[in-house]
Amino acid sequence: MSTTLILIQILNGLQLGVILFLIAAGLTLVFGVMGFINLAHGVQYMLGAYLAVALYGLTGSFLAALVLALPLALLLGLVLEFLVFRHLYDRDHLSQVLATFGVILFLNQLMKVIFGPASLSVPPPAFLDFSFTLVDGLLYPAYRVALIVAGLLVAVGLWLVITRTRVGMLIRAGATNPDMVSALGVNVRRLFLVVFGFGAMLAGFAGVMAAPIFSVEPGMGDNLLIVAFVVIIIGGAGSIRGAFVAALLVGLVDTLGRTLVTDGLRLIMDPSSANQIGPAIASMLIYVLMALVLFWRPEGLFAAKVSR
Amino acid sequence: MTSQADPQATTASPRAPLVIAGLLFAVLAAIPLLSELWGGAWLTSLAVRAMILAIVAISLDLLMGHGGMVSFGHSAFVAIGAYACGIMLTEGVYEMALILPVAIAAAGLFALASGAICLRTSGVSFIMITLAFGQMVYFALGSLAQYGADDGLTLWSGPDFLGTRWLNSDMGVYITVFAVLLGTWALVHRIVQSRFGRVLRAARQNPTRVASMGYSVFRYRLTAYVIAGIIAAIAGVLWATHAAFVSPSLGAWQRSGDLIVMVVLGGMATRNGALVGALFFILIEETLSAITHDWRLIFGPLLVLIALYARGGLVGLLDRIRGPA
Repeated sequence: MSTTLILIQILNGLQLGVILFLIAAGLTLVFGVMGFINLAHGVQYMLGAYLAVALYGLTGSFLAALVLALPLALLLGLVLEFLVFRHLYDRDHLSQVLATFGVILFLNQLMKVIFGPASLSVPPPAFLDFSFTLVDGLLYPAYRVALIVAGLLVAVGLWLVITRTRVGMLIRAGATNPDMVSALGVNVRRLFLVVFGFGAMLAGFAGVMAAPIFSVEPGMGDNLLIVAFVVIIIGGAGSIRGAFVAALLVGLVDTLGRTLVTDGLRLIMDPSSANQIGPAIASMLIYVLMALVLFWRPEGLFAAKVSR
Repeated sequence: MTSQADPQATTASPRAPLVIAGLLFAVLAAIPLLSELWGGAWLTSLAVRAMILAIVAISLDLLMGHGGMVSFGHSAFVAIGAYACGIMLTEGVYEMALILPVAIAAAGLFALASGAICLRTSGVSFIMITLAFGQMVYFALGSLAQYGADDGLTLWSGPDFLGTRWLNSDMGVYITVFAVLLGTWALVHRIVQSRFGRVLRAARQNPTRVASMGYSVFRYRLTAYVIAGIIAAIAGVLWATHAAFVSPSLGAWQRSGDLIVMVVLGGMATRNGALVGALFFILIEETLSAITHDWRLIFGPLLVLIALYARGGLVGLLDRIRGPA
């Protein structure tokens, strides 16, 4: 295993981590602040990707599609909040699971009806359609680097909003102790709406950015949603910082694991069994990681909630 | 999950659940006759599938509804049971009297080990750690190259039952699955009504108080976890026998999610909730998909409406329709 190959794997890991962070950021706030289990959050990522496909078809420009998709993703999030989710905040978790599961079924099928079951894609913008040469002959696409940079910029921006603005202060307070925030005269419902819309927009942004790399298809958000839940459990519910660290950690462990575990096993067993067991162990790694975190630190690495 | 009222208290009259269950079981018993008239093998096969899922759903309700343990990895036990059966058949062991104990032991040991770790947590952490163990089983089964890996394993011959070919006939499988469902339904009710069940239910509402009365909440919960896992594994053995095919997707997290939806849909911690939920889930899936290919466009909003307006699930809805208590 050459260092170049490891470098590429690290970049791929960061790329997955960044996308996971964009999804997990909204999820962890919705879960941490409102105590709301939103299984349909992965669908918002899918909607972002389909918006990119549709708007790219209309405008012919990726940037225009990106700019138009963000307010639309926000709007779709707010519509879902208004129609379904706001009626579920004070219900038990299982009612939330049932309702948001229904939303997933509906929207996945709706996308299949509108866009067809085949997987679609969007070309990256022309000015990013080139590759960096890493070392002699090994290329890395510029768009993927841009995605990592964009994700890191959003993370910084989000950190500024959360730590430096009044809304951010209320969100942090809400994640720590929502009852107290409400008692102090803050309109918690409106705060929820802001958090929800914002989270939906971030997931939509992740979807748009992922559209040129991953195939756009119904149900594309479902598996990422489960991994995003792994991220917020490791990071600690309600903590943006935790979501960021855990997202990069999960992205790197998952990506690097896929090559390193099999290579490592080859050292101690014959290649054919290593090739057989390696991928399975690699796929398990992030779940083992989550189980270990839950066992030793059930509140996550950066818990926002005070123990009540 | 800690702040809900005890659904047990809302049962209107003690006889009504028995009438509903009697009707459901009568319909299920009549299905082989009905399928002779129309529908054919398709209808019995559908009913077998629904009944196996109902067995699993009832075992999950013991955990979720009565024990307050929302497992997001329950389908792993179905997969363990199915693979125990599939692997033994492939290796030339055809006797169900040997297969079943192995499946039960495998699932029981896995439940004991994973449950002992999972039960250190509670609430949402418990949901996620059971998901983690479920995913580990799912990926482990997918790596069994000699048993079909991700593609699954086709079973060319069904198991013998005490030397007979009973489980190789559709009718034999149907009667066996029906009997196991009836047994599970009665057994779980007995468990819930027993002293053990009362401690379990009390621990769901107030674990601190139960612990202060001298009960080990952990031991009671772990025992329930093992029992539920074993029942799900038996359903897995039946599934392998019925479908003659096992694959890792039996243990995928989506299946665990479906099971949770079935239990909540029917009504948690009620006599018939899990049974009704599982049968309704399969029935509505089949009916709607016969009407339109895009049946999920109807089923999805239906689930949302049930979550929003039918507290206590379908069984709760039935109770209210029959007359407000």
